[in-house]
Amino acid sequence: MRQPHSRRRFAARLWCLFAGICWLGLAVAEVSLKITEGVEGATPIAVVPFGGAQGGDNIGAIVAADLERSGRFTPLPVSAMLEQPTQPSEVRLRSWQTLGQDYLVIGRVQPGGGERYVAEFSLYDVLKDAPLLEQRLPFAGAEQRRAAHRIADIIYQQLTGEAGGFAAPVAFVTVSGRSAQERKYQLQIADADGFGAHTVLSSREPIMSPAWSPDGTRLAYVSFEQGSSAVYVQTLATGARVVVSERKGINGAPAWSPSGQELALTLSKDGNPDIYVMAIDSRALRRLTDSPGIDTEPAWSPDGRSIVFTSDRGGRPQLYRMSAAGGQAQRISYEGDYNARGAYSPDGRYLAMVNGSGGRYRIAVMNLATGALTHVSRGPLDESPGFSPNGRMLLYAARIDGAARLVATPLAGGREQVLQIGPADARQPAWSPRE
Amino acid sequence: MALKFWNGAACLVIIAFQGCSSSGTKPEAAAQSGSGRGGAAQVGRYDPADAAAQGQQRARGAADAAMGYRAPSERVIYFEYDSDDVLPEYVPLINAHAAYLSANPKRVATLEGHADERGSSEYNVGLGEQRARAVARMLGLQGVSEGQLQIVSYGEEKAADLGHDEAAWQRNRRVEINYTGR
Repeated sequence: MRQPHSRRRFAARLWCLFAGICWLGLAVAEVSLKITEGVEGATPIAVVPFGGAQGGDNIGAIVAADLERSGRFTPLPVSAMLEQPTQPSEVRLRSWQTLGQDYLVIGRVQPGGGERYVAEFSLYDVLKDAPLLEQRLPFAGAEQRRAAHRIADIIYQQLTGEAGGFAAPVAFVTVSGRSAQERKYQLQIADADGFGAHTVLSSREPIMSPAWSPDGTRLAYVSFEQGSSAVYVQTLATGARVVVSERKGINGAPAWSPSGQELALTLSKDGNPDIYVMAIDSRALRRLTDSPGIDTEPAWSPDGRSIVFTSDRGGRPQLYRMSAAGGQAQRISYEGDYNARGAYSPDGRYLAMVNGSGGRYRIAVMNLATGALTHVSRGPLDESPGFSPNGRMLLYAARIDGAARLVATPLAGGREQVLQIGPADARQPAWSPRE
Repeated sequence: MALKFWNGAACLVIIAFQGCSSSGTKPEAAAQSGSGRGGAAQVGRYDPADAAAQGQQRARGAADAAMGYRAPSERVIYFEYDSDDVLPEYVPLINAHAAYLSANPKRVATLEGHADERGSSEYNVGLGEQRARAVARMLGLQGVSEGQLQIVSYGEEKAADLGHDEAAWQRNRRVEINYTGR
């Protein structure tokens, strides 16, 4: 199964040597990360609290938090605002210029009859002294937060030319209960800021590895509710779900092909964990890997041509890439003694991973063209990285003061933000590619 | 300048090797203190004298088990970090379970594989399964039929110890032998 001990130990020594040499390079990378960690280059924007009656948090505050989380904007604190206009007629851009703001957002909520409301908002270019955008967004009372995220999307798109993805939800697993008897696992979906969580599945047995279908309508996940692992696909709108794999051994790590027609899976039915691809309609299986060790955590490249996976075929877990059609796998990770759980950026140019070295597990991003690796988290126990729909942010799981938390961090630098989900441990996040 | 660099590089190489050899012994030291403190886990270092004593103790259990009276009360086998190698001190315990299963062909054992929380969840499921399979292989070599063994791996999902230090991790890197059937 494994290499003989002495060989492994020798390999470990070689790794230490290699890691030692790499250390120089890493130190340089860390410095550059520190430099970008401030909000240097982020655009100042004032988002004034929205007028009109609103349940829960003010829409303006939610919009400001979304824009700040992206790392590309620095919202002006409300306490620093000299005035708080809610109508275009009240806006004097000169005074926002004095405060050093580039852009201004104002808005208000008006009743739209019954449980319906309308958010009216305006975006101004303070420096050019001109309105950029004025829009009305109707929403149901219960969807106020969702409406706020949409407004943030619209503003982000207008100012950056890119999709914001603030309204795309996040799936994750919560674990509560201190003892094995009390332990409860829940598959939940929440807004990308962690609010508005609702439970999709609840179980006394572990739930793992939620994965969104490319159109954002279905979730594949692993559940142990029958006493052993099985892969389920659940349609979110109806709650209907089907078991797609419950073979002997491991049924794990589901990953949707970009076409949504296939699922890559880890199965151990043939003796040890290997990667397979299943056609979702016919359930026909095709085997991709056949190594004696652990092959798992498949991830499709966005063009559907390659699959990256974790394998310990070299003694320790590292990332390998192969054609989705099958064939030889090439090792692609070399820094650190532990690299696992690869996740492609939406444009296919970067690969996020769990990078372990010296007992510290951090999220790192590899530029696939150059092989250069940059750490984006501090560790020590970070895992399950994934990109935001626009590829600008990473969401991962971390241990913070003993609790399992989800953390969002902008790739270009900026403050990381811990999602406020609740007292339970939250793990294995997956950011939907779609709103 | 170039000389300076090579000096630095040589130092690094030395540090790497030293760091490596010391980290090689660390888990064992940690394992010892862990088992001393917690008591729940008898993990870690292989001391031949110790192992022989433990082996004798377990052999008595094995004799009982061979008579078919009851399953050995010790049901957990612990592992080293990212390893599925069964440590020598667990061989007598596994043999005792093998004897019990052979004497009770209707009993079924579920081998539950687990990993500590470090690293990646699905890789840890794989690791837990490799551990359970390593135990199953040894039971098989002792004549236990395949039909008496079931394997399930929970990876890091069902920690026995909810702590986040080496002592807790040790207690979580394990295979539990659970009996069902009659």
